[in-house]
Order: sequence, then C-alpha cells, then structure tokens
Amino acid sequence: MIVIDDLEKEFGGPSGPSPVLRGISLSIEKGEVFGIIGRSGAGKSTLVRCINLLERPTRGRISVAGRELSGLSGAALRAARHDIGMVFQHFNLLSSRTVQGNVALPLELVGLSRAERLRRVDEMLELVGLTDKRDSYPAQLSGGQKQRVGIARALASRPSVLLCDEATSALDPETTKSILALLAEINRTLKLTIVLITHEMQVVREIADRVAVLDQGRVVEQGRVFDVLTQPTHAITRALVREVLNLELPERVSARLRHSPQTSPGLVMRITFTGPSANEPIMSDIVRRFGVSFNILHGHIDYIQNAPYGTLTVEAGGSEAGLQAALDFLRIKSLKVEILGRVAAPDRAVA
Amino acid sequence: MSQRLIELLLEALWETLAMVGVSTVLATLIGVPLGILLLVTQPGHILSRPTFNRIAGAVVNATRSTPFIILMVAIIPLTRMLVGTSIGTAAATVPLVIAAAPFVARLVESSLREVDSGLVEAAQAMGASPLQIIVKVLVPEALPGIAAGLTITVVSLIGYSAMAGAVGGGGLGDLGIRYGYQRFQGEVMLAVVAVLIVLVQLVQSLGDYAARRLNKRERSQANR
Repeated sequence: MIVIDDLEKEFGGPSGPSPVLRGISLSIEKGEVFGIIGRSGAGKSTLVRCINLLERPTRGRISVAGRELSGLSGAALRAARHDIGMVFQHFNLLSSRTVQGNVALPLELVGLSRAERLRRVDEMLELVGLTDKRDSYPAQLSGGQKQRVGIARALASRPSVLLCDEATSALDPETTKSILALLAEINRTLKLTIVLITHEMQVVREIADRVAVLDQGRVVEQGRVFDVLTQPTHAITRALVREVLNLELPERVSARLRHSPQTSPGLVMRITFTGPSANEPIMSDIVRRFGVSFNILHGHIDYIQNAPYGTLTVEAGGSEAGLQAALDFLRIKSLKVEILGRVAAPDRAVA
Repeated sequence: MSQRLIELLLEALWETLAMVGVSTVLATLIGVPLGILLLVTQPGHILSRPTFNRIAGAVVNATRSTPFIILMVAIIPLTRMLVGTSIGTAAATVPLVIAAAPFVARLVESSLREVDSGLVEAAQAMGASPLQIIVKVLVPEALPGIAAGLTITVVSLIGYSAMAGAVGGGGLGDLGIRYGYQRFQGEVMLAVVAVLIVLVQLVQSLGDYAARRLNKRERSQANR
C-alpha cells in the first residue's frame, strides 16, 4: 500500500544541510496498522510528512496505493492527497467553523454538492460518535472530542490511508485508550491502512500490527509488534519496551543473585511463556513429575495483540537429575529458559 | 446652540462620514488582498515569491513612512487626474485611501500571521490549493483580528479626514479650523471635538462587538 524506498531528507541550516532521514525503506501492507516509534528527534514526524509530501524528500521514492508521489506537484499532488487522511497531535481544527463545518472542509475542497456533504458529515460524525456535537465549535469540546472531529475530518474524503502524527500524545491515558479503540475499529470496519507515529510503546502495543523503530533517522528494527516487543534487539527498542513490559528483576532479587556463591543448589531461571504454552499448566506438571519445587521470585503476564506473553522468574530446588529433567521438559514444550544463576538456600520456605 | 451651527455640524458630519466611509471601503478593497499577498508570498509560505514580497513590502513601508500631510500635497497631480479637482470631499478621499491601504495591509498581514501554521498544514494535507487555503482557512480564522484592524483603520481615518479638512477637504476638521480657529468661535471647536469623540466611541464599540462575535475561540459552554 505504501512503499518507501531509500528515503533521505536533509534540512538546510546555517552550518550546511543536516540529515534527518538517512536511507529509510519501509513497505506497509494494505489494511494493516503500522506503528513508527522513536524518541523525539528521531525523525518520525518528518517521515510521516514525507508520505503525503508535506515535506519533500531530498532523495528516494514514495508510492501510495501504487501511485508514485515523490514526482508529483500542483494539482496532481493535491488530488493524490485527497486519498491520504491525516490526524494531528494538536488536532488543527478551524476555530471559526463548527464541528460540521470542520468535517465538511475536505469535501468542499473536492467540490462535493452541499446535500452530499451534509450526508457524508453525518455519516462521519456517527462513526466517531459525535452526532450530538454537530453544531458545537472546537473551543467547546474536550481534547478527546476534538481528536474525534480530527479523525472524522480525515476520513470524510474516504481516503485509503490514514496518517496519525502523535494523534494521542496530547490526551490523557483514558482518552488515549478510547481514541485508539476508535482507530482500531475504523481499521477493522473500513479496511483502512493506518500509519501511526508515536513515542509511546503503549500505543503501538495497543493497536499496531507491525512496528518500525526509528533512531537518528534510521530504521533500527522492524517486525511484528509481538516479536519486537518480546525480542527487542536494539538498545533503543529495549528502552522503549521497558516502558510497557517490565521484564527486569526487582533490585532485591538481582542483588541476591549477584552476591551468591555459584556452587549452591538453588537454580534461578527465567521462563518465558508465549502463545499457547501460556495457557498450559506446565509448572504444576513439573512439580508433580520431577519432584522439583519452585519459589516464585518474580512474574509478569501481559497481552500483546491479544496473545498472552509472560515471564516467570523462579528459584528451583530438587535433585540434580530432577532439575535437569525439568529443564529438558521446558525445552520440549519450547519455552524459552534462561539460567540466571544459583543462589544460596532460600531464606524463606520453598513453595 | 444656534440653528445655523447645528446645520453646519450636520453637514460637516455627513461630509466626514462620506469621506471616511468611502476611503474605508476602498482601502479595505486594496489593503486586504495586499495584506494577504504580503504574507503568502513570503519565502517558504504557500505562494512563496521572495522578490515580489520584498518589493511590495518596501512600497508599503515607503507609503507608511510618509507623513499624511506631505502625502496629501505630494499626490495632488494624481488626485486631479482621478477626480478632476484637488479640493473638496471627493478629492480628500484619494490621499486617505492611499494612506490607509498599506496600513490595512500590514494589519491584515499580522492578523493572518497569528493563524496557527498547523491549520495551513492540515489544509495542505487535505489537498487544498493555495487559493482555497486563503479563502477557507487563513481569512476566516483571522477574521476577528481583521475586524479589530479595520476598526483601528476607521478611527485613524477619522483623524486623517480632519487633517484633510485643513486643505479644503470639508468635513468636521474643516469646520473646526474655519470657524473655531480662524473666526475665534470656540464653541464650534468644542462641538466639533465632542462630535468626533462620540463618533470614535461608536466606531470602537461597534468594532469590538464585531470582533467578539466573530471570535469562536473562547466561547465556552457547559457541555464539555
């Protein structure tokens, strides 16, 4: 749906051109929600503005729905933009127009008749749940309502792509959730391709199918959200993931691990559950079969894209043979097991 | 107050209103488009034309830096060409328009500049042409500011029109100078000043009301 090929963007400055995007290539499928995440200054806003040519790329190609955009200008570019909706962090609604007038604006631009405009506006307001605010001015709306108007306006010309530039960053967590739910619903019902720019992993986790991590103008990591979240490889990604999935051991436990002699019997391991295995009673199986006891040190279960994902850090006690058999069993069940160390006899009763 | 004085005052008031009214309309017709051009032709704006912008800016500044009384005298040949005479109410409107149009242009330009650039960006993202951005976004959003600017223009024009009276332009200023100053009739001068005060107050109140009505930005309501 959207193909970005070796995109580069430089901004001219007093000390010569400075690169903002350096060789970005992305391919975004039709109907998917694609997240682009990065810290501020990573170039993500510039990237999304290149998709509808609000920023003109210095080099590289962009095509949307099979149409090469990077060569277009004037009327042809404007026509292409009717097919790309955009939602902004600060809503960018006209204060002089009512909700209805704001949503009708893109339709006026394409020269739709008044009757047709009114019909389309009503349809859009119904979609975003703001029918009763039809005649209000933006100043009378809350942030979440303003963004709903922004979404209705972006969708009014029936685009095939929706670009969201930090669409929820100015909203509180609860409103963010409701706006994300609305975007997910639109994605589902209208089969709309959504590109989402954000600095919050929470947003990506909530609705994106795939994600690209941007750092200093480069894509450092990309893939399915589940994979990127559960197996982040780049340092920036790990830092972003840490904000939503706390996989670190609590300081108390890790301190004990560091100072323990390596010869003592207690084995500390981190077991990662993904997909179907998260629903099986594996731990109790091991206890029963191999006579191994577990002391749970730390645990966490989360849902990414409705798939369960959990980690459990346990201290296992028992005979060497029993422990070995337990490890083998876990591996047969294809769970990820990391041995974190051995600790001195636990200072509390073994579970 | 004598019947004669009232007649004089009414006639002068009518002349002033005609002068100010006609010059306001003409100055607006010239100044608003000029102000829009001053903004949108700036480098990097929606109709970037740096050379045109520099020249237009210089002309506007030159006109604005010429004192009105000098401008009035300097353009007498032009005035003669346009209205056939350089004396009287009609002749006075020519320098008034030429003085006020650049003033309006600068006020309009600064009101338009106040419009959030995000709105222009949003309109561009929707595929709006430069003309559509001006007509549907910039001007409507800047309307409260433009209304306030026009109010200032009208008040300034009332002042300038009194000056035009000094060189035979007619109107309240002319009346005040001829009767109040040259014939030592202090009460005529006082009456003229009183009428001008009332007039300016009325214009200002009307302008404030219009600007308030046009401003939808801070109209809060309980249904948040």
